[in-house]
Amino acid sequence: MVEMRPPTRGLTRREFLILGAGAGFALAGCGGGPQNNPAMQGGGGGGKEYDGPKVELAFWNGFTGGDGPYMRQLVEEFSAQHANINVSMNTIEWQDYYPKVPAAVRSGEGPDVGIMHSDQLGTNAARGVILPLDDVAQALGLKESDFAPLVWNAGIYNNQRYGIPLDMHPLGLYYNKGLMEEAGLDPNKPPQTREEYEAALEEFKKSGIQGSWVSPFPFTGTLQWESLLWQFGGDLYNEDVTQATFNSDEGVEALSWMVDLVKNGYSPKNVDQDAEYVAFQNGQNALHWNGIWQINAFKEVDDLDWGAAPLPQIGTQKAAWSGSHNFVIMNQPQPDPNKQQASRVFINWISQRSIEWAKAGQVPARKSVRESQEFEGLEEQSQFAQEVPYVHFVPPVPGIADVQLGSFDQAVNEAILLKKEPKQALDEAASRANQLLEENRQKYQA
Amino acid sequence: MTTGQIGQAGAAPPPPTEKAARKSADKDFIGANPITPYVFMAPYLVLFLIFVLIPVVYGFWISLHNFDYLLPGKPWVGLQNYADLFTPNSTTSGPFWNSMEATGKFTLFSVPLLVIIPLLLALLLNQDFRGRTFFRAAYFAPYVLGVAVVGILWRFLLSPNIGLVNFYLGQLGLRDDIPWTTALPWGWVALVGPTVWWTLGFNTVIYLAGLQDINQELYDAAAVDGANRWQRFLNVTLPGLRPVLLFIVTVTILASANVFGQAYLITQGAPGEETTTAIMYIAETGLRQFNMGAAAAMSYILALFLMLISIANFAFFRQREE
Repeated sequence: MVEMRPPTRGLTRREFLILGAGAGFALAGCGGGPQNNPAMQGGGGGGKEYDGPKVELAFWNGFTGGDGPYMRQLVEEFSAQHANINVSMNTIEWQDYYPKVPAAVRSGEGPDVGIMHSDQLGTNAARGVILPLDDVAQALGLKESDFAPLVWNAGIYNNQRYGIPLDMHPLGLYYNKGLMEEAGLDPNKPPQTREEYEAALEEFKKSGIQGSWVSPFPFTGTLQWESLLWQFGGDLYNEDVTQATFNSDEGVEALSWMVDLVKNGYSPKNVDQDAEYVAFQNGQNALHWNGIWQINAFKEVDDLDWGAAPLPQIGTQKAAWSGSHNFVIMNQPQPDPNKQQASRVFINWISQRSIEWAKAGQVPARKSVRESQEFEGLEEQSQFAQEVPYVHFVPPVPGIADVQLGSFDQAVNEAILLKKEPKQALDEAASRANQLLEENRQKYQA
Repeated sequence: MTTGQIGQAGAAPPPPTEKAARKSADKDFIGANPITPYVFMAPYLVLFLIFVLIPVVYGFWISLHNFDYLLPGKPWVGLQNYADLFTPNSTTSGPFWNSMEATGKFTLFSVPLLVIIPLLLALLLNQDFRGRTFFRAAYFAPYVLGVAVVGILWRFLLSPNIGLVNFYLGQLGLRDDIPWTTALPWGWVALVGPTVWWTLGFNTVIYLAGLQDINQELYDAAAVDGANRWQRFLNVTLPGLRPVLLFIVTVTILASANVFGQAYLITQGAPGEETTTAIMYIAETGLRQFNMGAAAAMSYILALFLMLISIANFAFFRQREE
């Protein structure tokens, strides 16, 4: 899956200060060391410590946005604290990362450690790109009870764990307080129900504002539709992911609601890639559905008075799309046990500091961190974290991202651009998805 | 034009005696050792073998399998990947022919513009006027940019909602909500326009070289015979440019048929998959979905089409020559 990121940019003074404070916290935390952490007392081996010869680890990820500098800072701290492990970080756009990593790993030029989204874990496990990490999970004392079940289970393929969850990044609602005031709405009360949302859009319309831009592209159009599909009680696929079910009445209702936003003039027609996001920054788009990873990008914008809230409940239940970043260890053609051990130490260390990572605009995967006072102090992040009990993931079966690419990404595009009726677009996409699911099943069984 | 004449003198064929002498010298040289020419060609042949011939054969081999380079099983499927492309309702045939159609349309729209506009520009830039070198450089300049730069630049310029183009159209009192990148036919304008702007410099330079190779004496003779400017263009310039024209048409068709970056960045294949080009779909199938057998089969079909078009093109120009 392709993930859109805000353009790369430097650190603001504000972020720099946060980082400074964060570094202080991390150092203070280190005085006790991981040994004092109860989570660390379980099993030996898998990531507790490394006392072999000095190794160089390559760590690749796709954090090209405002989150990149935070991860780099963590990596530098880690290297400074570990005399015999030096980690060098390399950032590649996610879009290029997923085709490139398997080839690099296969030829022995790949990284030792990487980050992958939950919906890519199955594919890469099946293709032998990444290694099982059950021993790490055990050594770190990771237990299902400390994670949302969804995040926890997404890392498992064929009864083995391949990913150590780092965070969750759900879709949420960003609202422009200035525009809400302009339209006579309470700027501190973002719409949270269908009635409130539609009433707000009507008020915006009266003030000449198109209040809720709908994108026809995967980011953010498909994410919005997936969230709505789950809100209306539907699902993308059946239980064992052999049949597409997204063309159900719920799916059609979800897509029709989005199309109606366009038809009723609450959104411009033919919205361009990223235009809904730029329009929010420019104060033209009032209610913007986007991922939590945009928090720091919006903080960058001067004169933009905005807030973050959970998605409004448009359907019959609360739901939101979410992805998750996971640590993975690459399956090298010539494995070096020292490097593998050091990689586990590295993953363990970062995992302990997921509060720092949360500041980059993420919800920590660990419940204990999510419930910490420090996390509650992160205003926007903790708003989005309210969605954790009801977020949905794309099921992490091998090849699932290709099914989406070849089916409902297109259906959403065609419907939002008013080229096809929602039902027709989804029906066509579903029959293609079924073919692709069948092909994947054969491919990954062979 | 003086520079043209000097260039012409240098390129003029040598006197017959000299030519004959050189020919016999060539023969002696080759006669000395029959392997000599092959030794001279060897460096290129080695590269050709490694980077063209072997991949061509290996690619065909891949196209006969269900091929994912990381999966242990790469089952032999014979011509199934090709058959799928010609079977309606298979997962690959619909999107593939759609993408071939998009590529065809793009080629059809862009090639005439890229053949004619650079010719007119070359005629202008071949005149003697102050600042000529500057203008030659200016028209060539965009060509040095990479496709990523061109694509992202125009994606933002043409953005329907936040783009400068629509903004200025609005300032002029014209329609300011043209969906350049998200609806047709505007999408084609958004793909062809930037491509012409980007690559016309290359064709212009080739034309310029061709124009400078036309013997000035032919123009003088035509003028003496009373031919006007238009007649001189038709009867001296165009025939003189024929070999250059063949080159430009062939190369432009091939380049247009390989369009990828513009559609990938500016329209992202939208609306639906209507501007998803063949190379885009092949790359997606092979490198993102790792369905390399099917992608290789598609590449061969595309290559076959391009070969047929190139042959037709050569035949057309040869016929004109006769």
